[in-house]
Amino acid sequence: MGKLKVVHYINQFFGGIGGEEKADHKPEIREGAIGPGMALNGGFKGEAEIVATIICGDSYFSENTEEAQKEILEMVKKQDPDLFIAGPAFNAGRYGFACGSIAETVQTELGIPSLTGMYEENPGAEMFKKSIYVVSTKNSAVGMRDAVKKMAPLGIKIAKGEEVGSPEDEGYMERGLRQNFFTDKRGSARAVDMLINKLKGEEYKTEYPMPDFDRVDPNPAVVDLSKATIALVTSGGIVPKGNPDHIESSSASKYGKYNIEEFDNLTEETHETAHGGYDPVYANIDPDRVLPVDVLRELEKEGKIGKLHNYFYTTVGNGTAVASSKKFAEEFGKELKEDGVDAVILTST
Amino acid sequence: MRLELGHILIEDVKFGDTTKIENKVLYVNKQELVDLIKEDEHLKTVEVELARPGESVRITPVKDVVEPRVKVDGPGGVFPGVLSKVQTVGSGKTHVLKGCSVMTTGKIVGFQEGIIDMSGPGAEYTPFSKLNNVVLVCEPVDGLKQYDHERAVRFAGLKAAAYIAEAARELTPDKVEVYETLPLLEGINQYPELPKVAYVQMLQSQGLLHDTYVYGVDAKQIVPTILYPTEIMDGAIISGNCVSACDKNTTYHHLNNPVVHDLYEQHGKEINFLGVIITNENVYLADKERSSDWTSKLAEYLGLDGVVISQEGFGNPDTDLIMNCKKIEEKGIKTVIITDEYAGRDGASQSLADAHKLADAVVTGGNANQVIVLPKMDKVIGTLDYTDIIAGGFDGSLDANGSITVEIQAITGATNELGFNKMSAKMI
Repeated sequence: MGKLKVVHYINQFFGGIGGEEKADHKPEIREGAIGPGMALNGGFKGEAEIVATIICGDSYFSENTEEAQKEILEMVKKQDPDLFIAGPAFNAGRYGFACGSIAETVQTELGIPSLTGMYEENPGAEMFKKSIYVVSTKNSAVGMRDAVKKMAPLGIKIAKGEEVGSPEDEGYMERGLRQNFFTDKRGSARAVDMLINKLKGEEYKTEYPMPDFDRVDPNPAVVDLSKATIALVTSGGIVPKGNPDHIESSSASKYGKYNIEEFDNLTEETHETAHGGYDPVYANIDPDRVLPVDVLRELEKEGKIGKLHNYFYTTVGNGTAVASSKKFAEEFGKELKEDGVDAVILTST
Repeated sequence: MRLELGHILIEDVKFGDTTKIENKVLYVNKQELVDLIKEDEHLKTVEVELARPGESVRITPVKDVVEPRVKVDGPGGVFPGVLSKVQTVGSGKTHVLKGCSVMTTGKIVGFQEGIIDMSGPGAEYTPFSKLNNVVLVCEPVDGLKQYDHERAVRFAGLKAAAYIAEAARELTPDKVEVYETLPLLEGINQYPELPKVAYVQMLQSQGLLHDTYVYGVDAKQIVPTILYPTEIMDGAIISGNCVSACDKNTTYHHLNNPVVHDLYEQHGKEINFLGVIITNENVYLADKERSSDWTSKLAEYLGLDGVVISQEGFGNPDTDLIMNCKKIEEKGIKTVIITDEYAGRDGASQSLADAHKLADAVVTGGNANQVIVLPKMDKVIGTLDYTDIIAGGFDGSLDANGSITVEIQAITGATNELGFNKMSAKMI
C-alpha cells in the first residue's frame, strides 16, 4: 500500500499570506505541505503525506461560510484524499470555527475521515467536538509539536479505520458518546471493589457520571377549557390494531399519527399497544386505559372541553433514546400548533 | 446458615437411554423428559433440543435459563414454594450441575423474549453460549391466555432442571464450595473491625413477563425483606421475566448471583457481609415510595455501613433505583449501584430515566441500544418469526440472508445488572 493521501486546511496566517489584513483571502489550493503541514508530514513517519494544502482567510470563511464550504469541498473532492486535517487552530476563535466547520463538512458530505485540533476553550471546540475528532492543543502555536504528536497518529488511525482509543489515550476531546467495551473484571466484582474504596474514603471512579437533566417547566394553565382543543399524545404505544407503521416494541425509531374522529371509545377490536416494556394485557383489553379517548369524548359532550383533536400521536417510550423523543416531539409539536391545538395530555404507561 | 455447594462438572450433553451423568457428560432420556413436561395440559407440544458451545445454533425466543440443582442434605428442596414445599432453604448440601442449563423457548408470549447464539459475535454477549444447554421448545394449546402460557413454560423449565439434577444426587462432587452467614448479632461480632455490608437486590415486578417469585410469592406482593444469601443459591428467587432480555435476571442468574459470590469473596477480608435485602420494582408510585422507604429502613436497622444495589430492567425501574440509592445514602450508608444504559444507538443520549447526585458510584453493564449484526446460523431452535417485533428488533431486523440486525438488548443477559458480565461502557 502506498502512502495515505492527506489534504490539509490552514488559514492565511499559517499559510504565510499575511495577518488580519489578509483575512478576507479566498480559498486557494497549493500542492504539497505548507507551514504546519511540514510538521504533520514529519509526524506521519512515512505512512501518510500531505498532497495539497488549502489556504483560506478566517474572515472570508466566517462571513461567507456556505460559499467557502462549497468551494473547499470541490477542491478536496478533486484530490480524493484518505484523510482531511484542519489546523490546529490553538486559541484563534474564527480559525477554530473554520477548522471545525470544514472538517465536519468534509466528513459528512464526502465521507472522508476528518480531524482538527484546538485549545479546549476555543469556542469551536464546544461546537464540533461531538461530530468530529478535535484534538486538544495548547493555546498558542508554541504547542505545535505537541499538537502534531497527537494529530498525526490519530489521523492515520481514522484514515485506516482502525479502532480509536479513549480520549485520554489519543488526546482528543471527549465527544459525549457512550461506548461499550469489555473489561477484565465482571461488574459485580467492580461494584464490590468500588464499595470497598468508597467505605475506606479512597478514590473510586464511577462508570457513569450522573447526567444533567433537561427539566421542563409546565406551561401556564389553560384559561378556558371549554373552548380549548385538546390533543392526546402517548409514549404508551397505543396504535391501530396490527400496528400498521410497525413502531418498534422498544427503542422506537418513529411515531405514528392516527385519526380518531370516528372513535368514542377504543376497544380490543380497534386498537392495541406496541409497547414491549409493560404488561400489555390490560392495555390491550381496553386501550382507553392508556389513551383515554372515552373520557375525553364524554368531557367533549358535556362541554367541559372544547374539542378532542382529530389525531393522536403515539410512540413507544420503552428504551427509546431521549434524542429520538426530542426529534419526534419537535416535528409533531409544530403540527399540533399549526392545527390549533391549545393543550396536550401526555400519557405514559 | 451454612451451605455446601457440590459442583458436578458437565462438559458435554447427549441424548441417551437413561438420564445420567458419566465422565462429565450429561445424558438425557428425551422421551422421559418430554413425558414429564407434557403432563401440563396447557402445553400442546414439547420438543427437546441440545445446544453446545461453538455450534452454529440460534435459540429464540428464549424465556428462561435454569441451572440444574438438587438438594442432597438439609431442609427443603430447590425452588421452594414453587416446585418443592415452602420450607426455608439455604443450609445443608446442594449439588450443582456446573456447565449446563435448561432453556425454554417456543411461541412468543409478549414482545420481549431473547436471543442466544451459541457461536459468532452474538455469543460474546451472552454467558449462556458457554454452557451445554438442554432446550425445551414448548408450544401452548390453542387459545391459551398469556398469563397461563407464561406460567406453563416457566414451570416446564424448573421441572426439567429438577428432573435432570436428580442424576447428580448420589455423585461425588468435583469441587465443593462452602458459604456461611451467621445470625446478625453473631455476624457483626465475628468481624467487628470490618465495615458492615449488605446487598440490596431489586426484583422486577411489573406484570406479565416482568415478574419474579420469592418462595412462590409474586414479588409485586412483598414488602422488602431480608434473606440469608445462601437461600438464593437454593432457588428462593426464580425468574418470571425476560422483557428486553439483555438486563433481566434468568433463574440461572439468581442461582449464581455474582454480587452474592463477590461479597462472600471479600467477607472477613475487607468487609463483613451480613445478608441480602430484597425489594421490588412495582409500577405504582405508592409502591415505589413504600419499598424504597423500607429498604433504607432495613439498611439502617441492620446498622450497615455500605450496600451494593442491583437493578433489574430499565426506564421505570430507574426511579426505584434512584429512590433506593438516595434514601439509603441519606441514612449515611454508602452505596454502589449496578445498572445498564439506554444511551441511543449512537450513544449520545442520557443513559438513565432518573438521576441523583448521591448516585456517585455506578457500575454499568453497558449500552443496550448498541446495534449488532448476528450472522445466519445453520440451525434455529424455536422460531425467527418474531425477530422484527421483539424488544431490540425493528422492521427489517431479519434479513433475507438469515442474518439479524438488532440492538444487543435482544440478547439474553447481554447487559445484566447483577454484574454477571465483563462488559461496561465509557465516555468517548
